[in-house]
Amino acid sequence: MAGMTKSEFANPVINWIDTRLPIFTMMQKEYGVFPTPKNFNYFWNFGALAVVCLAIMIVTGIFLAMDYQPNSELAFGSIQHIMRDVNYGWLIRYAHQTGASMFFIVTYVHIFRGMYYGSYKNPRELLWMLGVVLLLLMMATAFMGYVLPWGQMSYWGATVITNLFSAFPVVGPKIVTLLWGGFSVDNPTLNRFFALHYLLPFVLVGVIFLHVAALHVTGSNNPLGIEVKSPQDTLPFHPYYTIKDSVGVCVFLIVYAALVFFAPNYLGDVNNFIPANPLQTPADIVPEWYFLPYYAILRSVPDKLLGVCMMFGSLLVLFVLPWLDTSRVRSAKFRPIYRQLIFVWVAAVVILGVCGAHKPEGIWVVLSRICTIYYYLHFLVILPILGKLERPLPLPESISQPVLGRRGGGPLPGGAPAKPMGTA
Amino acid sequence: MRSRGALAACAFAAGLLAAPMMVSPAGAQESPMPREKWSFENLFGSFDLAAAQRGFQIYSNVCSNCHSMEYLHYRDLSGIGLNAEQIKAVAAAVTVPSGVDDQGNPKEGPATPASQFKSPFANPQAARAANNGALPPDLSLIVNAREGGPNYVYGILTGFVPAPAGFKMQSGMYYNKMFPGHQIGMPQPLQDGTVEYVDGTPNTLPQEAHDVVTFLSWAANPDLVERKQIGVRVILFLVFMTGLTYAVKRKVWSDVDH
Repeated sequence: MAGMTKSEFANPVINWIDTRLPIFTMMQKEYGVFPTPKNFNYFWNFGALAVVCLAIMIVTGIFLAMDYQPNSELAFGSIQHIMRDVNYGWLIRYAHQTGASMFFIVTYVHIFRGMYYGSYKNPRELLWMLGVVLLLLMMATAFMGYVLPWGQMSYWGATVITNLFSAFPVVGPKIVTLLWGGFSVDNPTLNRFFALHYLLPFVLVGVIFLHVAALHVTGSNNPLGIEVKSPQDTLPFHPYYTIKDSVGVCVFLIVYAALVFFAPNYLGDVNNFIPANPLQTPADIVPEWYFLPYYAILRSVPDKLLGVCMMFGSLLVLFVLPWLDTSRVRSAKFRPIYRQLIFVWVAAVVILGVCGAHKPEGIWVVLSRICTIYYYLHFLVILPILGKLERPLPLPESISQPVLGRRGGGPLPGGAPAKPMGTA
Repeated sequence: MRSRGALAACAFAAGLLAAPMMVSPAGAQESPMPREKWSFENLFGSFDLAAAQRGFQIYSNVCSNCHSMEYLHYRDLSGIGLNAEQIKAVAAAVTVPSGVDDQGNPKEGPATPASQFKSPFANPQAARAANNGALPPDLSLIVNAREGGPNYVYGILTGFVPAPAGFKMQSGMYYNKMFPGHQIGMPQPLQDGTVEYVDGTPNTLPQEAHDVVTFLSWAANPDLVERKQIGVRVILFLVFMTGLTYAVKRKVWSDVDH
């Protein structure tokens, strides 16, 4: 019959469904036999880990929503009700709260992996840009989720961040009123943030679908950053990478469980145990740890509008990263200078994070300014020029070639000596 | 090469994890944070129930005159080892509003185990009016809501000392070496011998402070003991699963040149 799939599945029920709706054939093609480079290291676990995080967040979030009250009078108390009276409510709540941090840790490592191994380069630019969209969606979701407990830091964090939009000329104040649903952060703000916090994760699921669809068109990058040349270079995704990802998931769950069960409030702020009070500003308004670098960029600029632009710009610049990096060599393994500079950039981001946790005075202002400048310098000046000047090391012929070389005991081809860099 | 990258990633994550710790505590605190030993610290620590019960006695006799604990119910006291009869007795001794009578007039009656802890004041305005303008904070979460946690609350309770010469005090304020700015609206609540313990424990100020902070720590984190117990089992299981999964991974990959 025209348009019907000829299914290879022996089970008659599966065969009947698959003939009419070939989802089993699709799963087999995309996750069963999908040819995957054989040389992945454990950095390639983090995409799967991010999906695990999102699944945990959605499941715990749905159960939390059953007992949470999105009302400024009741929200704080309803969280305490969940923590104290709901069966295992404390577990669901701590898993959700800590899950947000785990999601960001995993995503940041995933992004670092993309930058280190040049996964954003031709032909994976769109894949990368969809990833940046995912990051922005995640940040919006996390920010609105943090407002829901309606503690002091929820309220004042929401006030500070929404007020950023007032910096834009003409439309700024109107945007802020629209975000608030009134003339200050109040019950309407909480209501709309709850609605959007419930919606955005499902948007995230949709964009992840596109992200993965794009990935399955180009195929995965790999630590050598060279294209797959022959079937010898690849392995079927299952069982090789399903089992390798499972190892990663187990290790991830150990770290996650350690935080949930033994230090659930370690990454939180004590002020959020105090109910929101519009009449009393906390001594220090600090965002969650995963926003600290951007917060530091914002505060490093004396002008409000420019600071806001620099902060948003620090994320938007990622969209054009595939074109700012002019080197055609993907993996940092074969880029001796980039391999050092990417860690300088990472150091700048970490220092920005530390600056963001401190009051903007004295040395912290100086440090955050230096790091903000370096952050932009890396993308806008160093990467475009470096691609032209740097002399990359010779690339291996194929993915299986260095593997065979190492097996034979000979020197590694392609000049990839395991020279320790971080120890110097 | 792989291990270096992994190391850098770990350092990156560790830096991010450490960042919130570097936030300086609110306000100036010249007095060092006390470092008490708490029964509920560490991986396997649990609440010293006798201390928590003595602490509840202090809360009932002293703190509850000004401080509410609105997120607790009398039934929760089973968590510090009170049995059903004891909880009923504790609740019955308290009079709380109990709806309206047939005429629609509000009426009062004895509390039940399902009742919320009774608040000393009807609303924050009444609380302020009775306390020289200061609002006594709710104590349900006080241990979690302060930098330093139990040590900080202990420090406040034991931190009432005479103001240094030349220190300007506002009227109605008290000097406390732990409190940010040193001027606190609360008069010294506990002294040697403030309560008479039924179990004969010496009623010194440090003992009383330690007991009430144990009670407040339980009140803020009633899930703590069960959480740690489950946590140990979950982590042991996950370590076992990791080993098993890794062994399977080795087996699956044994025929691949990589």
